[in-house]
Amino acid sequence: MTEDQTFTIEVDGQQLEARPGQMLIEVTDAAGINVPRFCYHKHLSVAANCRMCLVEVEKAPKPLPACATPVMNGMKVFTRSPLAREAQKGTMEFLLINHPLDCPICDQGGECELQDVAMGYGGDISRFTERKRVVRDEDIGSLIATDMTRCIHCTRCVRFGGEIAGLRELGATGRGEHLRIGLYIEHAVASELSGNVIDLCPVGALTAKPSAYQARSWELSEYDGVAPHDGLGSNLHLHVRRNRLMRVVPRENEDVNQTWISDRDRFSYQGLYSDDRLQRPMLRENGKLREADWQEALMAAARALKDASGARIGALISPSATLEEHYLATRLLRALGSNNIDHRLRQGDFRGDAADPALPWLGQRIADFSNNQATLLVGSWLRKDQPMLNHRVRQSQIDGALVMAINPVAYDFNYELDVDIVCIPSAMTKELAGVAAALGVDTLGIEAVPDPAHHGIADSLKSAAQGTVLLGNAATMHPDFSLLRALASGIAAAAGVTLGFVGSGSNDCGAWMAGAVPHRDTGGKAIAPPGLDAAAMLEQPLDLYLTFGVEPEMDVAEPARMAAALGAAQLLAIGSHTSPWLLEHADILLPAAAYAETSGTFVNIEGNAQSFRGVAAPPGETRPGWKILRVLGNLVGLDGFDYAESTEVRDEVLAACADLAPDNRIGDLQDRKPKSAPGEWERVGGVPIYAVDALSRRAHALQLTPDAWGGELRLNTAAAAALDLGEAAAVRVAQGEGSAEFEVRIDDAVPDGCIWLPTAVPGSEALGAAFGPVAVEKA
Amino acid sequence: MTYQRNLVSLNTLNEDRSWELATYERCGGYTVWRQVIAGEISPKEIVDAIKDSGLRGRGGAGFPTGLKWSFMPRSAAGQKYIICNSDESEPGTCHDRDILRYNPHALIEGMAIAGYATGADVGYNYIRGEFMDEPVPRFEAAVKEAYDAGLLGKRILGSGVDFDLHTFVGAGAYICGEETALLESLEGKPGKPRFKPPFPASYGLYGRPTTINNTQTLASVPMILRKGAKWYAGLGPEGSGGTALFSVSGHIEKPGNYELPMGIPFKDLLEICGGILGGRQLKAVIPGGSSVPVLPGELIMSCTMDYASLQQAGSSFGTGAVIVMADTTCMVRVLQRISRFYMSESCGQCTPCREGTGWLYRMLTRIVDGKGREEDLELLLEVANRIEGRTICALGDAAAWPVQSFLKHFYQEFEYMVRNEGRSMVIETG
Ligand SMILES: Cc1cc2nc3c(=O)[nH]c(=O)nc-3n(C[C@H](O)[C@H](O)[C@H](O)COP(=O)(O)O)c2cc1C
Ligand code: SF4
Ligand code: FES
Repeated sequence: MTEDQTFTIEVDGQQLEARPGQMLIEVTDAAGINVPRFCYHKHLSVAANCRMCLVEVEKAPKPLPACATPVMNGMKVFTRSPLAREAQKGTMEFLLINHPLDCPICDQGGECELQDVAMGYGGDISRFTERKRVVRDEDIGSLIATDMTRCIHCTRCVRFGGEIAGLRELGATGRGEHLRIGLYIEHAVASELSGNVIDLCPVGALTAKPSAYQARSWELSEYDGVAPHDGLGSNLHLHVRRNRLMRVVPRENEDVNQTWISDRDRFSYQGLYSDDRLQRPMLRENGKLREADWQEALMAAARALKDASGARIGALISPSATLEEHYLATRLLRALGSNNIDHRLRQGDFRGDAADPALPWLGQRIADFSNNQATLLVGSWLRKDQPMLNHRVRQSQIDGALVMAINPVAYDFNYELDVDIVCIPSAMTKELAGVAAALGVDTLGIEAVPDPAHHGIADSLKSAAQGTVLLGNAATMHPDFSLLRALASGIAAAAGVTLGFVGSGSNDCGAWMAGAVPHRDTGGKAIAPPGLDAAAMLEQPLDLYLTFGVEPEMDVAEPARMAAALGAAQLLAIGSHTSPWLLEHADILLPAAAYAETSGTFVNIEGNAQSFRGVAAPPGETRPGWKILRVLGNLVGLDGFDYAESTEVRDEVLAACADLAPDNRIGDLQDRKPKSAPGEWERVGGVPIYAVDALSRRAHALQLTPDAWGGELRLNTAAAAALDLGEAAAVRVAQGEGSAEFEVRIDDAVPDGCIWLPTAVPGSEALGAAFGPVAVEKA
Repeated sequence: MTYQRNLVSLNTLNEDRSWELATYERCGGYTVWRQVIAGEISPKEIVDAIKDSGLRGRGGAGFPTGLKWSFMPRSAAGQKYIICNSDESEPGTCHDRDILRYNPHALIEGMAIAGYATGADVGYNYIRGEFMDEPVPRFEAAVKEAYDAGLLGKRILGSGVDFDLHTFVGAGAYICGEETALLESLEGKPGKPRFKPPFPASYGLYGRPTTINNTQTLASVPMILRKGAKWYAGLGPEGSGGTALFSVSGHIEKPGNYELPMGIPFKDLLEICGGILGGRQLKAVIPGGSSVPVLPGELIMSCTMDYASLQQAGSSFGTGAVIVMADTTCMVRVLQRISRFYMSESCGQCTPCREGTGWLYRMLTRIVDGKGREEDLELLLEVANRIEGRTICALGDAAAWPVQSFLKHFYQEFEYMVRNEGRSMVIETG
């Protein structure tokens, strides 16, 4: 019998269609027949240890667990027969005897699977009169609160660690009654997906620490949301009480995030409630910022825009701004006569603009990543940059796919890379050219003799029926991004796999569609001559800059130069948070609603437009960004800026993009000279997972995890010895005009001659681009 | 009536240095293995002979061995394994230890033949950690002798037959005797039983087809093939072929291991063992290791020691470990002790066993401590019933059966103790 043949089984007298290989519970779940369960989870392996799902099967002498009993043609099942009920009640009684039943003081109360099931299957009074078990808690970090006495040993969290997170952090130790779920070694969990165990835990043993004891589940209203930090657009449920976002949990979407979300998406909401939210418009008067009312501030902003000459205005828009915001900003700029607009704030190289496709994207659907047979990551720490996409790649590897990487750091993945080329940043083009040469495609004039690793990558890609070459965030930030991209494109074409981009924010595709780039307008229409790109706006300083959702000292490719350029010009900053830098340099500050506070749309990196509503109240006088831009448009006298709803804006952009299809075809590259040159010390940049944007940088609980990057710099043992530095020693880094001090961490993942020092971390404001030569000395 | 002793698994016992290769070969050892290597016996012939012999697993479940072997996809490509279960931890059971000590070559030959019959060219013997001092070194020395004699290894005796045999020493967990927990343990993981199906014959060690048999089961194989299936089957009654190695313990004059034909009347076994200690009265017997239901003395006195008779009496042959209790035994305390064992040895993964075994033990302890309540007796039974048949492995059943059977046959003793603040109905003299 093949997989797609079906047969019929009978459950409680109902005829149900089933496929061979399915477990009983899958069939009953699909039919809406409720079988109680604790250990079963559709995305985890079957453990069959809780014994809650016992049902009666005709001809079986004993009740069988529905989660682990394969369906058979003609099988007759009774989920509520006396035998089944007695078995279920028996299990329930056992689960409750040692459970503390401290529901009134438990955060899980009201949304507890044990509580719910006990309503149906538990007794009124306990027959257990012995002493209950008490279990010591462990501190497992800032995200997850533990109360292990409540644990019912379903091992969902343990299986999640091994099977999904790829980190066996939580485990079961001990035997019998002494079986304990805990860390093998007490430390803070280091998985970027760890928060999912909170949802998985059916009881209150693992709960969310940041929201501990802040709300009861029945006080919360649940709304749909979309995650704002990476291109996946994970689907969220936002839990709101009295207009305040209290917590975030996944909303199931099999095509995007399945039942999971990253810790960043789960806990970043804390940043909404940081002390430095911008609450009122501010104007600089005689060199000093003062609060202003909206009317006055908007008038001032409109005047500044009108007074500046069009071509002397530049706009830097966050790649995580909404589609509507991108579109209105684009229209505003172009109407003012400027094409100087960009959302590619961290991109390291724009020489390829003329060869750009109209709408770069992932190259495949997110779900298809699980089925790839070969993946080549180029300049990507996929695990930390796009955690849920990395999850798909990991699944593909479990199914036998090969995953390979060419990276400037031996990034820590939650799987073994099959080929792992780690090189200094300036050698990345050469390594990639090696793969190109192995495939016999254009190496852009780079001399490359393929070695066995290059051949290995080439052969794996070529023999894969489906695969991808994925350019990651480090590749985008690289000074030779255009070369890396051209090489990757040639490799992908020759090997017959797709080329993919991951995006730097939550709405890169939306930004392209809206036309928030200097060389293409809404709908991908080419603009000639193009305006200034994000880098050119530094090289040719302008008179007035409009920033939207950007912290210039953090969110751009070259913080020090950007800050200088923006500081010297007039600066109209629209955003949700203030920073010391903005307070010192901005001339007009307009408070805009952040994620969850505004309606809008993110087009995820697979080109899927997902709209959402504003569900939490922004602080003070903050207004939705699209409304601010709409009023500015009105005030500068633009036609057609009279939208009443953000959906009207969205519909207009989407209509204009009707003919725009995602496309990764790269044109010919004119300038093929590598920009990056080896220096005595090379900086390896990137952006740490919890530093990507204003919100995550301010999420306190995330900043306490091992993934948070403090004022540190990493180099390997040999480099530390060469500089006579030990762990925690002070080191001074100079780059361009600026320099800053950092604390040394010795990390042999960093190649020789390199320092690993990301942008958007404390101290990096004073420095230059993420990649390039730097001077390093003992401080 | 006289019975022939040591016909099969301890056949070398009366020889000097019975454990050595020379002794074993002198007694006819390895003749079958040599025939197998020479291609004189086919795998199918072996499996058929084992089926015909009526050999049933001595690990406790009594599963027909030939049938188990026939489940192996012998000709399927890829690695397959044969595993010997020498974890012997069932209270009362100690026959595997004597096979390892006194007749290790019978086991080695049995494993090699079983491997050949099931298509496995690698074998593991999982030996309980407590056997470190004598049985393990004996077995390992025998394996070395066999390798040195060219009876194990690659291209054995110039043939195309390979068989490698490794020893694995456990770390003292009863649950690792459960075959799938044993596999997990062998793979280096915590010894937690797997949910079945899939069964080891399709998904065993490292996910490969695997046969697991008890030490005594495997050590019986060479003699069965040497003397013929008919001979072996004829030693015992219908459905219980051959001999069994009875581990007799408790209130008995001459405790020890006795290899005797299956179907021997219990009273003859008792007599061979010298009768009840100190000439006292027989009160009860647990006939197959602590996991099987207890039988009152008068009931077992009319039983024969085989699968059918003991099952009919409401118990089971189990591992053939006969625990004899005289009339001075307090059954409440015995059950308390047994329950403590299952509580301590539960692996803890499935709810009824993890929670239920401790509950049983605590109730029993409370009763022994004089704090029992009348309703406890019904609750004991209900808790046992809620464990039985609801767990991943049979440890749950093993914990439930003693409770059910002790209460069934000795209810008065429990009732008396509950009503009399922990005083026992019997005067214990140890
Ligand atoms: C809790 C538990 C413990 C067991 N311990 C042993 C053991 O120590 N030795 C053994 O041979 N079988 C033991 N078994 C039985 C094995 O699971 C398995 O049935 C046996 O090894 C198969 O061999 P056989 O068919 O030759 O009897 C145990 C079973 C359970 C449920
Ligand atoms: S019955 Fe007991 S020993 Fe067996 S799997 Fe369940 S918890 Fe473990
Ligand atoms: S859900 Fe089936 S045993 Fe837990």
